[in-house]
Amino acid sequence: MPNSYSETYFPVLLQMVLATAVGFALVALGVILGYRVKNKVKDSPYECGVQPVGSAKERFSVKFYLVAMLFILFDIEAIFLYPWAVVYRDLNHGANRMFGFVEMLIFVVLVLAGFFYIWKKGVLNWQADPGPASVPPAKAPAAYSLSEK
Amino acid sequence: MLVSILILLVVILIFPLVAGYLVHLERKVLADFQVRLGPMRVGPYGLLQPIADALKLLLKEDIVPTVADKWLFLAAPIVTLFTALTSFAVLPFADSIVAADVNVGLLVVAGMGAVGILGIILGGWSSNSHYPLLGALRSAAQLVSYEVALSLALLAGVMAAGTLSMVEIVQAQHDRGIWFLFSNYGLMFIPFLIFVIAATAETNRAPFDLPEAESELVAGFHTEYSGFRWALYMLAEYANMFVISAVGATLFLGGWMRPFPNVTWLGPAFDYALPVLSIAGTGAASIWMAGKLQPKLPRIGLQIVGGLLILLAGPFLVPELNHYLSGFFWFFFKVGAMLYVFIWFRGTWPRFRYDQLMDIGWKRLIPLGLASLALNAVVGLL
Repeated sequence: MPNSYSETYFPVLLQMVLATAVGFALVALGVILGYRVKNKVKDSPYECGVQPVGSAKERFSVKFYLVAMLFILFDIEAIFLYPWAVVYRDLNHGANRMFGFVEMLIFVVLVLAGFFYIWKKGVLNWQADPGPASVPPAKAPAAYSLSEK
Repeated sequence: MLVSILILLVVILIFPLVAGYLVHLERKVLADFQVRLGPMRVGPYGLLQPIADALKLLLKEDIVPTVADKWLFLAAPIVTLFTALTSFAVLPFADSIVAADVNVGLLVVAGMGAVGILGIILGGWSSNSHYPLLGALRSAAQLVSYEVALSLALLAGVMAAGTLSMVEIVQAQHDRGIWFLFSNYGLMFIPFLIFVIAATAETNRAPFDLPEAESELVAGFHTEYSGFRWALYMLAEYANMFVISAVGATLFLGGWMRPFPNVTWLGPAFDYALPVLSIAGTGAASIWMAGKLQPKLPRIGLQIVGGLLILLAGPFLVPELNHYLSGFFWFFFKVGAMLYVFIWFRGTWPRFRYDQLMDIGWKRLIPLGLASLALNAVVGLL
């Protein structure tokens, strides 16, 4: 039975190295064996057969950024609960029955109060898209409209 | 130390094969749901299809779009694969068959699962193309919606076990003589259900396969990937499925232990009869199925495979080996059952919409998770 910290974690480290090596090896094998023909159109980004318009790395609105920030908060809360869950059975012995539970209940209720506050504030609601009403309807080019025939 | 290195090597070497056959299983099961046969051409009953697919992918052209962020594009699938495979180091496959018995095994798996999503986001972003970018963004949205619920579901199991070590979680269920799924008067079913839902989202499986969403986003985050780089994403997806199923099996379904581990008189039935009958039965069924084939080569091949399976059942009868082998059998049985459920989901439900997914995660699963945690905390003390 390994005792030291480094001895216990060595296999995890080894697995990381092995997995990365296997990843590189498989890709390298694919590159060596694969048939290659350079082609300007083939090497352009996929856009369902039309010319890609603009770069994909433009600025755009990420509608869920508030949720993403809340996620950090709640994930920290969940991580905070892990050590508590591990020692939970030992916390509630003898005269201190329910001690561990009540302590954490206070914390969780505080976090939950904040959770319901942001819920009622509408942070979790999907931001309504102005929809097609705000965009003027596009006119079909004459060459494509069927009514011309 | 030697044993753990051996386990790691076996995992690394046979996992590509296992993943290939998981894909094959998925195709066959989905085909069955849709009343068709699935792959039938390569090998007897299509059994060599995964090998043919792997060879095909090795020979495919490896395309890197000219506008892509080259090095990130090249590294992203490897990031996903490496996180998926690293989790295998802490999984207990059978009694004392574990590569690294670290005392925070569950955290290693949860952490690696979350980092693996970064590989998907990186791949989608570095492609510098519209569809992959949308897939990557959806993947980020999915991460922030489900990670908390998954943690809360795992917490209930941790609370019952009182440890984060995967080996000791199994041991705790052995000592208590009950799977955690059935403990706390059945209240653990709630965290288990949350776990299954969140695990489906975590592994990007249908009905939460929004980052891929082939009917809307072409192929989502891996639209620009081809050849074996694409195959690495697939390998990682199936590795993640396996790992998350193994976590579910370990935390809620008793890990490598047989059902009713403390009832000694059931030992012969569950440790000997059931594994031997199912493995030898599969072998016998293969030989019977082979008899129906007309061409000679596939028939003999399948008969040899069936014979090997029957021989494989032999070591189960040796009492010294049985303890470990039946552990393997039950571990893979439970993982297989959970994998089947994931495939079943894919065959049953249509994909969720992106905002519905966030609603389920935040407005349903998180309050439910916290409530079930409090409930299990109180009932666990009784």
